[in-house]
Amino acid sequence: MKINVNVNGQDISEEVEPRTLLVDFIRENMKLTGTHVGCDTTQCGACTIHLDGIAIKSCTILAVQANNKSITTIEGISKNDKLHPMQESFKENHGLQCGFCTPGMVMAGIDIRRRKPSIDEDELRLELEGNICRCTGYHNIVKSILNAKM
Amino acid sequence: MYEFHYHKVSSINEVKEKISSLDDPKIMAGGMTLIPTMKQRLAAPSDIIDLSDINELRGISKEKDFIIIGSMTTHFEVHTSEIVKKEIPSLAFLAGLIGDPMVRHRGTIGGSVANSDPSADYPSSVISLGAKIITDKREIDADDFFIDLFETALDDDEIIISLKFPIPNKAAYMKFPQPASRYALVGVFVAVTKEGIRVGVTGAGPCAFRSKEIEKALSQDFSENSIENVNIPSENLNSDIHASAEYRSHLVKVMAKRAIKKLS
Repeated sequence: MKINVNVNGQDISEEVEPRTLLVDFIRENMKLTGTHVGCDTTQCGACTIHLDGIAIKSCTILAVQANNKSITTIEGISKNDKLHPMQESFKENHGLQCGFCTPGMVMAGIDIRRRKPSIDEDELRLELEGNICRCTGYHNIVKSILNAKM
Repeated sequence: MYEFHYHKVSSINEVKEKISSLDDPKIMAGGMTLIPTMKQRLAAPSDIIDLSDINELRGISKEKDFIIIGSMTTHFEVHTSEIVKKEIPSLAFLAGLIGDPMVRHRGTIGGSVANSDPSADYPSSVISLGAKIITDKREIDADDFFIDLFETALDDDEIIISLKFPIPNKAAYMKFPQPASRYALVGVFVAVTKEGIRVGVTGAGPCAFRSKEIEKALSQDFSENSIENVNIPSENLNSDIHASAEYRSHLVKVMAKRAIKKLS
């Protein structure tokens, strides 16, 4: 099936099978490998992207469902070689170790601060329910999201 | 995932036409259960009929003493709805406990209810509040809707249009989440409705059910203590590596007590 999507500001028209997951479309067709697949079972959040500005797990949606919608991946958030404030904050606060969960954490973090600009730490930890990190123990991720200058 | 054909429809009539003409179609709401199930090859429909473009299935409104929630309304929308927060705050609270924010952005109330997952949160509220399930054919009482594990009173070609929740005097939901999946190991929804006290239990049995034992005890004395000596039979409850039937039976009482504590 033919789908028309806007990926990080660019209009794309591609032929995909109905069973192609959006994350596979992003990684294999678009060659945007910043969006990761951690669990493939909707638990870990490494595949988090924004669909029409809202955070979703791209391993649990078909590419055909994204037809006529706009997709933002981790590659699409920095402007003119300048890191997004959320990325900058992860850098400043040492919000990552191995980095595998980081693209999902950053995309989820932007979504959380969009919905709840003045969120406190307790609520933020609940909001991070769907993003798993096996290195950091979360403290610095929480600090990064709270302190991002958005 | 096995191959299938994909159809995006824009009206209920179109869904009905597709269902009658296709081999082994499956209706998709938010897809938060269906897609993982298909990925594991536990389901292999010939066709997927995507409801997401049917606008009449979305939205929340208040009509007299009822809150009407369209079947394609997401958990996020229910959780953050000013109407739901004001009229049935326990339902908004419950919606915020489902999955995680990304799942709540896509998962829908109609999909959850139609799936009758034994550990899903919504069915307990549907039963406890005595909601009506409005389909394209009829209105189904909550008491008659959940039949068994992943089985409801819906016909194969029947589509949930909306859920009609009577506004209760007060209600509370308490859930003991499975530590990994955060699904309800046991969840108990207690409502003081115009027709009396109703208690909906999820996670414990093959599908959500009313605990008549707890309802009876609470009708006599609405307090935590009144539940102490209630016997919740464990014979037909679920038992797995996470919790035995006896443990689930115990949790039903504990969660009911916590819900009552929240109400008093």
